[in-house]
Amino acid sequence: MFERLQERFETLFKKIKGQGKLTEENIKEALRDVRIALLEADVNYKVVKDFLEKVKEKAIGQGVLTSITPGQLFIKIVYDELTQLLGSSHSPLNLGGPPPHPIMLIGLQGSGKTTTAGKLALFLRKKGKRPLLISTDTRRPAAMEQLKKISSQIDVPFFSFEGQKDPLSICKDARQYAIKTYSDVLIFDTAGRLHIDEDLLEELVEQKKAISPCEVLLTVDGMTGQDALNIAKAFDEKIGVTGFILTKMDGDARGGAALSIKAVTGKPIKFIGTGEKLDCLEQFHPERIASRILGMGDIVSLVEKAQEAFEEKKAKELERKLRTDQFTLEDFREQLRQVKKLGSIESILSMIPGFSKFRSSLDLSETEKELKKMEAILNSMTKKERLNPQIIDGSRRLRIAKGSGTTVQDVNELLRKYNELKKLMRKLTRGELKGFKPGIFFR
Amino acid sequence: MGFLERIKEGLKKTRYELKARLEAALKGPLDENTLREIEEALILSDCGVETSTRLVEKLKEAWKKGHLKDPKDVKKVLREIIGEILKSVERPLRIDNYRPFTILTLGVNGVGKTTTVAKIGKALISDGKKVLFGACDTFRAAAIEQLSEWAERLGAEIVKHKEGSDPAAVAYDAIKAASARNVDVVILDTAGRLHTKSNLIEEMKKIKRVIARETGSGPHETLLILDATNGQNAIQQVKSFHEALTVSGLAITKLDGTAKGGFILPVSELFKIPIRYICVGEKLEDLLPFSAEEFSKALLEE
Repeated sequence: MFERLQERFETLFKKIKGQGKLTEENIKEALRDVRIALLEADVNYKVVKDFLEKVKEKAIGQGVLTSITPGQLFIKIVYDELTQLLGSSHSPLNLGGPPPHPIMLIGLQGSGKTTTAGKLALFLRKKGKRPLLISTDTRRPAAMEQLKKISSQIDVPFFSFEGQKDPLSICKDARQYAIKTYSDVLIFDTAGRLHIDEDLLEELVEQKKAISPCEVLLTVDGMTGQDALNIAKAFDEKIGVTGFILTKMDGDARGGAALSIKAVTGKPIKFIGTGEKLDCLEQFHPERIASRILGMGDIVSLVEKAQEAFEEKKAKELERKLRTDQFTLEDFREQLRQVKKLGSIESILSMIPGFSKFRSSLDLSETEKELKKMEAILNSMTKKERLNPQIIDGSRRLRIAKGSGTTVQDVNELLRKYNELKKLMRKLTRGELKGFKPGIFFR
Repeated sequence: MGFLERIKEGLKKTRYELKARLEAALKGPLDENTLREIEEALILSDCGVETSTRLVEKLKEAWKKGHLKDPKDVKKVLREIIGEILKSVERPLRIDNYRPFTILTLGVNGVGKTTTVAKIGKALISDGKKVLFGACDTFRAAAIEQLSEWAERLGAEIVKHKEGSDPAAVAYDAIKAASARNVDVVILDTAGRLHTKSNLIEEMKKIKRVIARETGSGPHETLLILDATNGQNAIQQVKSFHEALTVSGLAITKLDGTAKGGFILPVSELFKIPIRYICVGEKLEDLLPFSAEEFSKALLEE
């Protein structure tokens, strides 16, 4: 999509070259393209309409600076408006007042409440809280069992009770139990229900009264279409939500639902679910979702991540070592670790514009496996071996292979790669390969 | 008035009912405005920009040709156009050509696979068939317990392993057990997986290979389950799953909310995969065979 948008903006640029100003006439086509982009990202029709009006207002009459093209200026206006609408900054959980702090999770069937409850508990536990998981889902078969299993996976207590069939009494008893066990955050997982099911919504209202939660979080499937707006609106009006969690955002859905939700309720999106594993819960960053909705790729996040991982000092040190030909296996391992800090290869690549198109045709899991194997081998060496690779003889290789669960061939392969890399580096630093600079590889 | 207020205000006025929108649109003569309103209604049903625009183009054509004199006919003509698209995918599932007939379900997380398996099971059992469930979702916590409970309630046979075991091995055992226990239909419930996760797609391919090897002819149905609440990503789901696993039928769940599942129009046009079932409620009886006519009516809220 970005490619298409970009292409269209190029033609736009050609048309208004020399005009120096954005006018209703010359942005008409660009607006149409943004409209299609937003609708294809499942932003609600109404929201798109109002949004474009606002963009139009902002854009018309804007003088085009010499340093950027009109197309760039226009997309910047769109992007800024989008980011602003999604919420200007990250909004943390509100855990004010004396503990225990109850959090209530509500949503449609299959939106990911139970998994999210587990993720939230793990997130809070890592922050030093003592969460307690409670399920009031007495309707779906084995729903309680599911949360119980999740709680034991993350080592967080689960409130279990004998033969209690009524969600309301569960709410009340859980509070007592929390006080007894010194839990400071109570996470209530409720049964999934439709936003038009009056009876079940009433049941939620009752539960909310019994719990008096400091957060009522609605989980919404990130793949939701136009209906996201109806869902968010209905739950917010009937129950009163304090925020949203957008789930299943690890797929290729563009997540336009986020914009619809925010626009209709004005409540913040607090987290996004980015994977099946229980540590896959991220804080919501409006600017990232803005790029994603527009299909621009998340360059900002990528740059940030890269900055975090490749600490400058280490990079400089590495460059010095390369120049002086002291690149050891110890440094090699450090490099691997830096790459790993960025996240999975897939998650890194998905931030690059246009990658989603190729995602299915690439098999990245193999590369990931290869990296893991290499790290295991390096970890099985002694520090002495890593610093002086030349001492690694046959018997050491056998030991390393055994220790890392690989074969001697794998160890040989790694040493070969290391030697090649070293040779290449030597050539580069001596300027034998023209046109290359060592910095290109490691920065 | 701020942006948010404007939307809220707008929502109060138009409650998203296609019916009301269409009727309002049809009060005046058929002009650009009316057509735009129709397009809006279609987009709001998740039909997608391209399909909606194309449908409106067709209406315009019909109007120009004189097939559409009275604006009141717009709905009828639109229903016919949609009905025509959907008619080609209205092919109910026939389970009498193989025995045991093997159904492999798949879909992204949370679309309602396990519940749909139970619903299909219930329908078949009411039909006098002997049904066996294979609990191939060994990943999600308590998925096996959930299916077991359904099996018990419905009186279906079940084959299950421990959580975390190989789903292909469960499929193998389910098929072996089906032959031994003289079962008519095997329905395999699998773990939800996003269509973008290549390792999980590979796992599914393996399950399919095992079924093919053990049955010689199966799976006789590879049923992709789609959530009607989803938007344009549903097209992507069908595309990826179909490319990797050759889907032979679709089931659309959660049509009891306000979502219309309009994506089935582009999906039907692009992939021509038969739609077997729709789910219109939480009760076990709420599974219906897909009908093009009924669906077009529902889509246009008639």
